[in-house]
Amino acid sequence: MKILKNFSLILLTMFSTNLWAQNQVNMSGGFTDVGAEIYDLHMLILWICVAIGAIVFGIMFYSMMFHTKSRGHKPADFHESTSVEIIWTVIPFLILIGMAVPATSTLLEIYDNDNAEIDILVTGYQWKWKYEYLEGDSQNIEFYSNLSTPQSEIYNTTEKNENYLLEVDEPVVIPVNTKVRFLITANDVIHSWWVPEIGVKKDAIPGFINETWSKVNEEGIYRGQCTELCGAYHGFMPIEVHVVSQEEYALWKQAKQSQGD
Amino acid sequence: MQLLKNNTIDLTVKLVMASVAMFVFVFVVMVPLYDVLCDALGINGKTSGRSYVAEKIEVDTTREITVQFVTINNSNMPWIFEPSEVITNVNPGAMNDVTFYAKNTTNKYMSAQAIPSVSPARASTYFHKTECFCFDKQDLGANSEILMPLRYIVDQNLPKDIKTITLSYTIFDITE
Amino acid sequence: MSDHAPSATSLSRWLYTTNHKDIGSMYLWFSLSMFILGGAFAMVIRAELFQPGMQLIDPNFYNQMTTLHGLVMIFGAIMPAFVGLANWLIPIMIGAPDMALPRMNNWSFWILPPAFLMLASTLFMEGGAPAFGWTAYAPLSTTYAPPSVTFFIFAVHILGVSSIMGSINIIATIMNMRAPGMTYMKMPMFVWTWLITAFLLVAVMPVLAGAVTMMLMDIHFNTSFFSAAGGGDPVLYQHIFWFFGHPEVYIIILPAFGVISEIIPTFSRKTLFGYSSMVYATASIAFMSFIVWAHHMYTVGMPVAGELFFMYATMLIAVPTGVKVFNWVSTMWRGALTFETPMLFAIGFLILFTIGGFSGLMLSIAPADFQYHDTYFVVAHFHYVMVAGAVFSITAAVYYWLPKMCGRMYNETMGKVNFWISFVGFNITFFPQHFVGLAGMPRRVPDYALQFADFNMMSSIGAFIYGMSQLLFMYNVIATVIAGKPVEENKTWEGASGLEWTIPTPAPYHTFEVPPDLTKEKIHATA
Repeated sequence: MKILKNFSLILLTMFSTNLWAQNQVNMSGGFTDVGAEIYDLHMLILWICVAIGAIVFGIMFYSMMFHTKSRGHKPADFHESTSVEIIWTVIPFLILIGMAVPATSTLLEIYDNDNAEIDILVTGYQWKWKYEYLEGDSQNIEFYSNLSTPQSEIYNTTEKNENYLLEVDEPVVIPVNTKVRFLITANDVIHSWWVPEIGVKKDAIPGFINETWSKVNEEGIYRGQCTELCGAYHGFMPIEVHVVSQEEYALWKQAKQSQGD
Repeated sequence: MQLLKNNTIDLTVKLVMASVAMFVFVFVVMVPLYDVLCDALGINGKTSGRSYVAEKIEVDTTREITVQFVTINNSNMPWIFEPSEVITNVNPGAMNDVTFYAKNTTNKYMSAQAIPSVSPARASTYFHKTECFCFDKQDLGANSEILMPLRYIVDQNLPKDIKTITLSYTIFDITE
Repeated sequence: MSDHAPSATSLSRWLYTTNHKDIGSMYLWFSLSMFILGGAFAMVIRAELFQPGMQLIDPNFYNQMTTLHGLVMIFGAIMPAFVGLANWLIPIMIGAPDMALPRMNNWSFWILPPAFLMLASTLFMEGGAPAFGWTAYAPLSTTYAPPSVTFFIFAVHILGVSSIMGSINIIATIMNMRAPGMTYMKMPMFVWTWLITAFLLVAVMPVLAGAVTMMLMDIHFNTSFFSAAGGGDPVLYQHIFWFFGHPEVYIIILPAFGVISEIIPTFSRKTLFGYSSMVYATASIAFMSFIVWAHHMYTVGMPVAGELFFMYATMLIAVPTGVKVFNWVSTMWRGALTFETPMLFAIGFLILFTIGGFSGLMLSIAPADFQYHDTYFVVAHFHYVMVAGAVFSITAAVYYWLPKMCGRMYNETMGKVNFWISFVGFNITFFPQHFVGLAGMPRRVPDYALQFADFNMMSSIGAFIYGMSQLLFMYNVIATVIAGKPVEENKTWEGASGLEWTIPTPAPYHTFEVPPDLTKEKIHATA
């Protein structure tokens, strides 16, 4: 019965536009310039693929419809054409060049790590993240960030909350409109630090340090997860980034530092 | 049963040799080649494991580079391990010193190895160490401590767009 | 020599056989059993993912399931199926009496079952089966691995040896055993794609063996190939693995291209369009597979020049792959199409593989891959090429050649039903995975946030439907072998061409003991 109920739920899902709206089906444009560029690139390539697919499948379906034995169509006997082969080698090649140009410029922008105002060292652990703000003078702010979803929700004894598996006890806090550099490494196995909406993913490799950056344009709470299999609880080490105003950030920092002393 | 043709045996021998060669290739070509590429391109921010001898020292006083030091303890490494300063500003070409403090917090003798990594990775070939504790393993008795020196030069040819360099040391427990 | 097979029920026949048809059949049955086993693992995975929250299994066991599902499907189901088809068909297609190295052929099959027995037995060991994914990234697969990792390593070694022996055999057969007049450019596409695949296997299976040997040494002999502490690098493992791993995906898909290139012309009643360009496209895909491996590792922090190189090289593979798809469509164009089960699966392949190719092109774009990498978008992509690519083509091949192999006709209605359920079930399973991946669901997680719940449920239902349709397939095949309607004529399919359709049906135990003279025959593209 339960299966039947679920099945009807699925049918409902498929045919109700309302529910479609709730289920995100596409990449988030995000809240950074780079994220928006990645989104545009993604959509560009998607539409090119859709166009090519429409042409290829269109021809194929036409053929499947009309060039059938049951309609008495007599098979033609052509089987090669060098000029056609050259055309459909050259045209895709040109399309690829058209894709490579914006892809290259976006990539170069992502790799431009300079002039960050805040540097945060992110260390992956089995199974939590540690954040350390690199400061010139005073003691560094450092803290661990653990999954805060209670076991009872995971094991289905209590109702799951809206941020199920995407919530932590202590979020990482950064100011808005500020270039923040994330230095990423790991303590044990390889992890990967991913927050889709701020356009950042980088592997955390034990012994080595990687870097990436983000400049978030809008205040808010952005959630992400570890994306490299790192053992049993890989699915249970989320990331929560709070992007706040400069003033709030300064207050938060002060509070944190006094906590540390 | 027909006998195998001679050329089949020849071909089989060649193919077996090719597959053995590919197996050997992994060990004798891919691994060393990767190390060479890492050194040349600074993959993973790896730096040279030997001390650097400057050919010509020219201090570039026109620009300052921010150097950050970061320490990471690998899994369950109990030592205290930290730099004397986290952030410093240096001129390219100048010789600089920084010390790292390490303390074995356990009741037994331990050996450790610190692994350096520079970020951004393309800066790693411009970061020269003339003296570093990371060239050798470090042994510390129970509860003892040590100050370890690092002497380095940021190359005067460092690309102009790099303004911050981070040097991380991950310390591993290698006690046998 | 007699034309009659020894008794099918005698164990020693199967144990000692050097007959390519016997060995081919054993490979195919073995593959089917592994397909069911790997499918069972997949059902466990999808059952756990049916709803958010942990219900049936614990996270560690979940990881064991994903790991074994990958290993069993790739090395146990898909690769042996293609080797089985190669064994059955290549000697017949080129007019040879058997494989070039029949004794080795027997060994290469018989070391497979023990290897998989060993791999499956890890499930019952202390610490459980390998739980680090089929890619086995260090140090999760070395320092942090369960003790069973050693058995995993030996199993991979044996599989590697088996594949290499199988490939050497195929190369030797194709190069030395062709009938007079069967020139290279007259060979059926299936033979061509397998020749290229076999070379790929000889080149890269030793690389995988090297990678796992280094793992073994790191675990047991104190070396540090993949540990930074001793001067090694975990990223080195990924480079070596994917140097094997990318050619490996073409090892899986090239024979599928070969199968499709046989089936589409038959049911279009036309010669394959652009035979020679198909050969060149296959060869260039194989060549390029060696220079694109790092596109699996865009996020490890490569220098930007490296990212660009691998991005451009990967994008370029779209060109020869596109040529193949265009050629298949052109083969259908102005043909006289009929839609028997093999053709349905071939068309299903064509549509779904092309979709998988598109998502592959999207994944090749490095900056966009920073968002796609290690999400369900990738899972959707590689199931479109592995399942709808490789598995659909194997299914098509079985329906296509089964009447020739056993002299009995499968149930056409059941075959068509099998196709439609598979096609619909497959898409319900994997199409929504594109969405959850783009929306931010990482792969290899046993539990997920609430916003992914609806699509995951849909995926699971699709997977159960798809799984069921495979039982139908199994039933159809077994029922055909046992009690299908006997077929008499040499040529099962009106539009078929190739030497396999000139021999009696069912294929006698020994064929082409006297090689056919093809010097005057006009076959294939040179027609």
